[in-house]
Amino acid sequence: MGPSGCGKSTLLHILGGLDRPTGGEIHLAGRRIDRMGERALARLRSDAIGFVFQAFHLMDELTAVENVEVPALLAGRSARAARAHATELLDRVGLAGRAGFLPSALSGGQRQRVAIARALSNRPRVILADEPTGNLDSAATVEVLRLFDDLHQAGQTLVIVTHDARIAATADRLITMRDGTFVDQTILTGGTHGDLGTLAGLDG
Amino acid sequence: MGRFVLLGRLAARDLRRRPFDAVMVVLVIGVAVTALSVGLALNGVTDNPYRQTRQATAGPDVVASFMLRNNQTFPPGAVDELMSTPGVVGHTGPYPLAYTTIEAHGRSKGVAAEGRDPSPASVDQPLVAEGGWVRDGEVVIERGFADDLGVHAGDDVTLGGRPYRVAGTAVTAGLPSYPSNICHIVCDVPFPSPPSGGAPDIGLVWLTGPETTALATDARPLSFYLNLKLADPSAAPAFAAQRTGPGTFAERWPGTFFISWQDIQDADTGLVQSEQIAMQVSGLLLAMLAIAGMAVLAGRRIVDQTRRVGLLKAVGGTPRLVAAVLLAEHLAMALVAAALGIIAGRLLTPVIASAGAGLVGAPGAPALTPATIAPPVAIAVVVAIVATLVPAMRAARVSTVRALTEHPRPPRRRARLLAISARLPVPLLLGIRLIARRPARGALNALSIAVAVTGVVAIFPTAGQDLSVAPGPRADRLGQLTAIITVMLIVVAAVNTLFIARATITDARRMTALSRAFGATSRQVSVAMAATQLLPALPGAIVGIPAGLYLYRAAAQQRMLTIPPAWQLVAILLGTLLVVALLTAITTRFGARQSVTEILRTERA
Repeated sequence: MGPSGCGKSTLLHILGGLDRPTGGEIHLAGRRIDRMGERALARLRSDAIGFVFQAFHLMDELTAVENVEVPALLAGRSARAARAHATELLDRVGLAGRAGFLPSALSGGQRQRVAIARALSNRPRVILADEPTGNLDSAATVEVLRLFDDLHQAGQTLVIVTHDARIAATADRLITMRDGTFVDQTILTGGTHGDLGTLAGLDG
Repeated sequence: MGRFVLLGRLAARDLRRRPFDAVMVVLVIGVAVTALSVGLALNGVTDNPYRQTRQATAGPDVVASFMLRNNQTFPPGAVDELMSTPGVVGHTGPYPLAYTTIEAHGRSKGVAAEGRDPSPASVDQPLVAEGGWVRDGEVVIERGFADDLGVHAGDDVTLGGRPYRVAGTAVTAGLPSYPSNICHIVCDVPFPSPPSGGAPDIGLVWLTGPETTALATDARPLSFYLNLKLADPSAAPAFAAQRTGPGTFAERWPGTFFISWQDIQDADTGLVQSEQIAMQVSGLLLAMLAIAGMAVLAGRRIVDQTRRVGLLKAVGGTPRLVAAVLLAEHLAMALVAAALGIIAGRLLTPVIASAGAGLVGAPGAPALTPATIAPPVAIAVVVAIVATLVPAMRAARVSTVRALTEHPRPPRRRARLLAISARLPVPLLLGIRLIARRPARGALNALSIAVAVTGVVAIFPTAGQDLSVAPGPRADRLGQLTAIITVMLIVVAAVNTLFIARATITDARRMTALSRAFGATSRQVSVAMAATQLLPALPGAIVGIPAGLYLYRAAAQQRMLTIPPAWQLVAILLGTLLVVALLTAITTRFGARQSVTEILRTERA
């Protein structure tokens, strides 16, 4: 976490292979990625990384389930397999009944849950979430955090960028940034094992 | 005053902020104005050219010629007999005619030299287009021939080894204009025909009578010809037919030959008609292309301007100020485009028309008059106003906040296309989804390509094949004309393709950025962009080929389809797709400079 402009999002984009660092090395699951070619980076994003954005970035003309199946189709999976997996993921994020809805017919929290389902489409090693609750109200924030908690419980690695201390409090490990550098690291044991809402001060 | 300064500043800054758009707007409107002004200027040139020339030169109804062989002497009795024939109401001549060689600017060509009086003739008085009429020591050259030789009044030429000064150029209806596809007077002239057949490549000049007589040699003796005026000009073919063949006038007076004005007109019309058709059809096609380009342009401006109107309103601009800024900006672009288009039209019209004028022998060179300038300018201005009013009114209706935040035109959803695309490889999947977002743009793309291919097929290989039957300088000129028209069609279609590609790329920024974030390679995205252009272009090009063949048949009023060699049609199809792919690749390369993160950061949710 850290204040606006400290370089959190830039770091996230570099980790995800969307941007290239001007110096240093980036390793993901034991592979150095900062020297990878465009094609290898694209494969990496397809196989190992899922993105969740603050602005959701769903495609307006696609229904929820069509949005979720996009990464699987891009990875070359069959239309039938992609659809089956997308339906399963929507069920997992609690939106099975909203599969055929366009983003414009969904609430902010629902949109972000669709975006999370999309990020999970190719069973990524890590989900990179950039201010995932930045555009959400408190109730929707709780929904999304609960979902992240469930994912974490199931063994999914998440890297979340935020400047909201309440969100940061739900993490196992908290890195604080300022002016483009790491300034602090805190290991929060059991951060995701208690009652999330209480911990983040969102109850009531 | 301050308001005007603000208005000018806002308009100028926006134009500078989007130079590509401004250049494209000027280009599309400019090309349309060019095409329209050329089309309008040419329309007058090629309208009934032979009849105009015939009227302006008091053209003869029948030309009787006398080819003298074996030291024959001219038979005055033949002239007397023709003069006393009922229905003949006037004549000029007989005039001497010598076949010789002209040398000008280092080139040498066969020529028929007619001996004429310096005073005007009542029948067939050639109309001087430049300079003056024949005088001692000076020669007048038929305009089409002079164009080909590149000579003007005052130049020096050599005829039969003797030096002459060019008095001027002129047109006539008494003989076919250069380059001719029928024989001058008779086919039995002392010049070889081209190896591929057809009439000998000879030009026409006028001298004084004595000088013409002096050009004759033993090898190339003098001929004579007589211009006849009939009481009933429509009876000229019958008059000629009754005096040709065994047992007629031609047998009693050997070496005589008749040609009616209808024969001359028909001989000219065969090719002149091709040229007129080429011009009319291309004018129509260019206008259609320009409209398609403007439709894409207007659509894109509406999207852009709605947001901008929201911005201006947010900082306190009244709806009237907002409309004034937009109007000033579009009017400035339209007027620049109109000015450039008219200049281009002025430069291009003589290039195209010189071939036409030489061919048709029409009196007077084409000119851009206020009447031909006004319509294109008016169209440019109307397009600018329409492109401004729609976004201004639309933006005035919506609230400032909505104008700022909402996408003015949400993308379309085509459920069936989306389902089909899911089964296709990634580039086609992305390409079809991009087309499905803006189907109208895809349709305009297909239309634009179809129109361009129709034009190219109708004009180039099809007319080209007809031309190859009538080779020679005349066919060369028509070939040049079709090449110019083809280039214009391709340029306008290419501008449209660039425009559509640019609009698609801008519109698809977020979708392509997201696709890349979720694992699509940049190559897949580039191929997808090419697919969005090629998928509509392919049916467009396929439809354009038969459309071109039928268009030519309809325009040339032929019963049968002229089918060019298959390889030419395949080459046009593949060439079209290649050009579209190349133009899209160039646009994509320029459009893909922004990184994925930058696009996702700046684009709205």
